[in-house]
Amino acid sequence: MLAQRSTPASGAAAATRREGSPWTGLWAVVSKEMADYLSSTRMLILELITVLTAAGTVFTATAQLRETVGQDRFLFLRLFTTSQEPLPAFVGFLVFLVPIIAIALAFDAVNGELNARTMSRLLAQPIYRDALLLGKFLASLFTLALVLTTIWLLIAGLGLLRLGVPPGGEETARLLWFLLLTIAYGAVWLALGMLASILFRQPATAAMAALATWLFFTVFWGIIAGILAQILRPVRIGLPAELLAQAQLEQALSRLSPNVLYTEATIALLRPEVRSLGFVLPSQLQGAILGAPLPLGESIMLGWPHMVGLIAGTLLLFALGYVLFQRQEIRA
Amino acid sequence: MDIVLEARGLTKRYGDFVAVDRLDLTIRRGEVFGLLGPNGAGKTTTILMLLGLTEPSAGSVQVLGLDPARQPLSVKARVGYLPDQVGFYDTLSARENLAYIARLNGLNRKEAGARIEAALTKMGLEEVMDKAVGAFSRGMRQRLGLAEILMKHPELIIMDEPTLGLDPEAAREFLEIIRDLRSEGITIMLSSHLLHQVQAVCDRVGLFSKGKMVLEGPVDVLAREVLGGGYHITVEAEGDAGLEAALSEVEGVQRVQRAGPNRFVLETTGDLRPAVARAVVEAGGQLLALASEAPNLEEVYARYFQKEANHARAA
Ligand SMILES: Nc1ncnc2c1ncn2[C@@H]1O[C@H](COP(=O)(O)OP(=O)(O)O)[C@@H](O)[C@H]1O
Ligand SMILES: [Mg+2]
Repeated sequence: MLAQRSTPASGAAAATRREGSPWTGLWAVVSKEMADYLSSTRMLILELITVLTAAGTVFTATAQLRETVGQDRFLFLRLFTTSQEPLPAFVGFLVFLVPIIAIALAFDAVNGELNARTMSRLLAQPIYRDALLLGKFLASLFTLALVLTTIWLLIAGLGLLRLGVPPGGEETARLLWFLLLTIAYGAVWLALGMLASILFRQPATAAMAALATWLFFTVFWGIIAGILAQILRPVRIGLPAELLAQAQLEQALSRLSPNVLYTEATIALLRPEVRSLGFVLPSQLQGAILGAPLPLGESIMLGWPHMVGLIAGTLLLFALGYVLFQRQEIRA
Repeated sequence: MDIVLEARGLTKRYGDFVAVDRLDLTIRRGEVFGLLGPNGAGKTTTILMLLGLTEPSAGSVQVLGLDPARQPLSVKARVGYLPDQVGFYDTLSARENLAYIARLNGLNRKEAGARIEAALTKMGLEEVMDKAVGAFSRGMRQRLGLAEILMKHPELIIMDEPTLGLDPEAAREFLEIIRDLRSEGITIMLSSHLLHQVQAVCDRVGLFSKGKMVLEGPVDVLAREVLGGGYHITVEAEGDAGLEAALSEVEGVQRVQRAGPNRFVLETTGDLRPAVARAVVEAGGQLLALASEAPNLEEVYARYFQKEANHARAA
């Protein structure tokens, strides 16, 4: 069921100037929420899942990589990208694991307070809803960042032990940037989870709605993008230009998915030899490898629009939730 | 006198449905005002508008001289609100729950600690301060809610259905607390659909029906206006047949009903116990017991609508 909306006087609140800072109380909210997260069982389970995944993939990857120690400049990056059947590489896991962690953190952010009947008590305090919502978002973002950083350190530590060589300066920089990228990817899903928690009064419904969106982008969007491209840019005669146009549209459409943005930018960062993310699909990337690795700056630039896209998506979803939450009547 | 809260033409519409209809309301410093009426009358909606928790469709509100829509922070810092069915974080202790609210109010740790202990002690929760709220009874939660409000040192307290769901004993205790707060000079507004339960603590009441405030004033004034009195005096006396006639001749007695062999119930305009006692003695009777019951708001309410209906039928 959708949360109730009221009919306000024509923009009365929007037109009037409010006193004080909208962020009064922000840090009180952030610290309370973070303390909640860090002491919750939910958090423990998430940590456990991710650590298992990290350990598992690192062990299988290092088993392969040991043979190439000393030959590969980017050995440490391979820890994250080497796969061994039937397990995908760690980055492959992250693509679907991060959204689940994020949704699990955020799906009951707002409706949880309504169901516990704590919301009206909170909003009767001298803070704006802005601070409450942003505080909750930041707390979940910091928590997610904490989980991911832990895992990064864990993988680096395990890799160090198993491979016996420390990561180089450029590798460290690439991995740090990759960490930021992963956090930005998680932020999109946090914002989505939070939006669901504003839209739906039942946490279970909110979680299902967010997961359905995740499933849509993980499984169906690629297929839909292909079909849409075929319809909108049909290949009539089979000219290379036609094929190219279709492939380009398909890629442009597929990039509406945060999963695709994240995967592409990850590839640019962790496979320095990848020189272009043009109209080559991620699955065909092997063909785009043209020998000499790109310098760090250029790899970052390659994935820069993707990073910006993820941040823009986060802001958009957060803004939508913000507008809905501001207008919501709180009777609980 | 000092005006703490003032609403003019306050209206709330949900689509075509008018939940609160052009409400005018004034509350003065130090009084206990009861917003009374059946479920769905618009009490909660009114309170939400007074606090700026929902936007009025029309009308204006001034709380402590401030507009809750423009200066919500100042208003909320000085007004305590106890929502109906107040909830807490069940896994946190009473102290931790209040500590969060204290931080949202910008109190520093030391000040907050002292205020929290004082408020919890005052509400009789000092024993369970560090227990998780999950195990608290409804009555304890209600008192914890009030402790949270007292911690803010508010000038005005607004409570929505504060006795709802409490057993009679807990409800009585809670009303006792309200009386204590009143004697400390805190202005209180409370809503309830249990008219007779809260009428005794209210200096003034507003009776709500379908979004409109139909009657407003001190309970005994309303009773006089609507019931022409509304007091009930129960007399137990032994005497001859003239007793009933003697009772009905006492000035201010409107009706005499025989409730048993030696029992009479009088409807009167006020507490006439001395006059009634005299009448019994003068009629040669023996007075066994005498009790007076203040007017019942429930009755005022019912009678008012009966009158309205009769009016409508006559017109
Ligand atoms: N969000 C809403 N949308 C439509 N009608 C509502 C909404 N909230 C309350 N109402 C209606 O407004 C009326 C007044 O409700 P309320 O103020 O909660 O009454 P009370 O607190 O006196 O029991 C009720 O009839 C209720 O059904
Ligand atoms: Mg109500």
